[in-house]
Amino acid sequence: METEVVHTNFKSEEYFINMGPQHPATHGVLRLLLTIDGEIIKKVEPDLGYIHRSIEKMCERDSYQQIVHLTDRMDYLSANINNEAVCLAVENALQLEIPDRVQVIRTIIGELTRIASHCLWWGVMGMDVGALTTYFYGFRDREMINDIMEETCGARLTMNYNVPGGLMHDIHPNFVKRVKDFVAHFKTKLPEYDRLLTENIIFKKRMIGVGILSKEDAISFGASGPVGRASGYSCDVRIHHPYSAIDKVTFNEALRTEGDTYARYLVRIQEMWESLSIIEQLIDVIPEGEHRVVTNAVIKLPKGEYYQKVETARGELGVYIISTGTKNPYRLKFRSPGFSNLSLLNHIAVGGKIGDLVATMATLDLVIPDIDR
Amino acid sequence: MIQLRITEHIHNWLSGMMSEGAVSIVEMVLIAIVYLTVFAIAGLFLVLLERRVAAWFQLRIGPNRVGFQGLLQTMADAIKLLTKELTGTEKADKFLYNLAPYFVIISALMALAVIPFTKEFHAFDINIGIFFLIAISSIGVIGILLGGWSSNNKFAMIGAMRSGVQTISYELSVGLSLLTMVVITGTLQLSEIIEFQKNGWLIVQGHIPAIIAFMVFMISGTAETNRAPFDMVEAESELGAGFHTEYSGMKFAYFFLAEFINMFIISAIAATIFFGGWLSPFGITESIPELGVFWFLAKTMVLVFLMMWFRWTFPRLRVDQLLTLEWKYLLPINLVNIVLMAVLVWLNLTIRL
Repeated sequence: METEVVHTNFKSEEYFINMGPQHPATHGVLRLLLTIDGEIIKKVEPDLGYIHRSIEKMCERDSYQQIVHLTDRMDYLSANINNEAVCLAVENALQLEIPDRVQVIRTIIGELTRIASHCLWWGVMGMDVGALTTYFYGFRDREMINDIMEETCGARLTMNYNVPGGLMHDIHPNFVKRVKDFVAHFKTKLPEYDRLLTENIIFKKRMIGVGILSKEDAISFGASGPVGRASGYSCDVRIHHPYSAIDKVTFNEALRTEGDTYARYLVRIQEMWESLSIIEQLIDVIPEGEHRVVTNAVIKLPKGEYYQKVETARGELGVYIISTGTKNPYRLKFRSPGFSNLSLLNHIAVGGKIGDLVATMATLDLVIPDIDR
Repeated sequence: MIQLRITEHIHNWLSGMMSEGAVSIVEMVLIAIVYLTVFAIAGLFLVLLERRVAAWFQLRIGPNRVGFQGLLQTMADAIKLLTKELTGTEKADKFLYNLAPYFVIISALMALAVIPFTKEFHAFDINIGIFFLIAISSIGVIGILLGGWSSNNKFAMIGAMRSGVQTISYELSVGLSLLTMVVITGTLQLSEIIEFQKNGWLIVQGHIPAIIAFMVFMISGTAETNRAPFDMVEAESELGAGFHTEYSGMKFAYFFLAEFINMFIISAIAATIFFGGWLSPFGITESIPELGVFWFLAKTMVLVFLMMWFRWTFPRLRVDQLLTLEWKYLLPINLVNIVLMAVLVWLNLTIRL
């Protein structure tokens, strides 16, 4: 005999819907449990763990050189910057003197990675709000960066170019020329992005005033990267805790105060311009010298705790190492930007429509392996 | 003047063999077959065209391997879809679930019947042609609602509800913008409307209000066919595939084809009402009436391209913005426009060449 189930925790008009783990807008295996009243979002509960690979636990098993390789698989769109975080942490712990050449190249590669990541984000951002053409424009320009990376370090996605002590190889002889070509090319293409999407009236109507995050909330939720900066929270690690060669260049922090999805969008567009400017300032002044400091084959960090943070394309990535003096870390913790940024989704999406949720999620720029690790 | 008179020949040949009643039945079947063929070819061609146009917008090449320039690509896709398993949800309302695609495709087919391809190629020339078109085009939404409702899937359900809201709203603008033009012509019959345009296409005759009506018609026509930027019904980044999430194989293909046929129909109506249908510009090929098909298709294809252009450059609206656009902007504009047109006709300010 069937008995009628009465859901006391639902209001009569509300219903529950499963967005993901396979859903085009979640960009990966993120599952959102939505409570909806018609079209209006009442509650968003992210359900994580579908791509958890226990990277932090694996780090306890691996040597420091090996750990670098694991970080590629976290936020795979900022692979180089993730590598840099671990390398910097290890180098600081060993108190290695890193050659200027390495520092400059690291910064250039990092900014190229940031542009590539934002290109991809811009493409899928347009796709999420229904403008499918942006995807191909974004990927066209990202492709050029991937080609540069492929020539320089042999990989297009998981680069593993940074190693503790420097770079795995020296840069390719074509590197400088190709980067300059790219900068010249991309300067003509970024205004095209604006013409296609930024200034579109439908796009503006979709984005302005949607998913507003106040500065106080941005700070208390631990938002970082473009998400925090769009709310007026100056949180660029490159400005406040400069690393590598970033203190040799001048650039503006992309800051806005509106805190809505359109502000987050504009912050990322401006960041691409700033990254171009950083690359331009450094590409002609790459110093001569060694590309690597020789370290011991087995790296043993002195006993102690070490923390290093970098600014990835998504925000602040922190690496926290506890070493007991052996060749493996006792415990290694990644503070990933995506996890904190996802945590505020419920806060800013409630009350909006399903379309707003998708637009908001797109501007949070979530990379699911970064959240799950 | 050479006239092909194919239909007359067939009619005489059949009349020689059987009674009058049987002749009309056979002729109906023949015409139905001709229209089904046109329907299939138009659908398959438009799918290919859309893919090539999209590729052109998106820095790609598009399908160009199967047949000359990919002409057989959609044929191959259709054959693949025919051989695919028809899956469905277990607790679906089977009867309605299976019925839904036919509503969509039949409404598209019926609308095709009243469209004048040329003076001779016009199956169903009734005196309430425009009224018939408006009525028939609203049947399709029943299929979408049924499909979404009976699939037993929440995404499909949301898609179907959005579709209901959208189609019912935009129906008004489609109807009113066409009626604006009827104010000039004074007839609802499509063949007479085209005859009327021998003194200049209606978009010229009615100048300002006609241009407004044309723009409103194209916007609301795009919304009627559930195409981007009004594709809330499918909204793949929000709802997966919307109302046809649970359909597979040929049933899915019916929905898919119907969308393209509807796009063709909207463009064909616009070409007929605003741009003189099969009339050649300035009557340059008036002595060769067979070229009417060419002119009709050329005008329609330009408008089809316009709709594809919309789709591949604009982001999607949100569902409340969609309704705001219709009820707060298009509908009032339309109502004022009809009055404006009436005044124009009353004061005899239309431009007649």
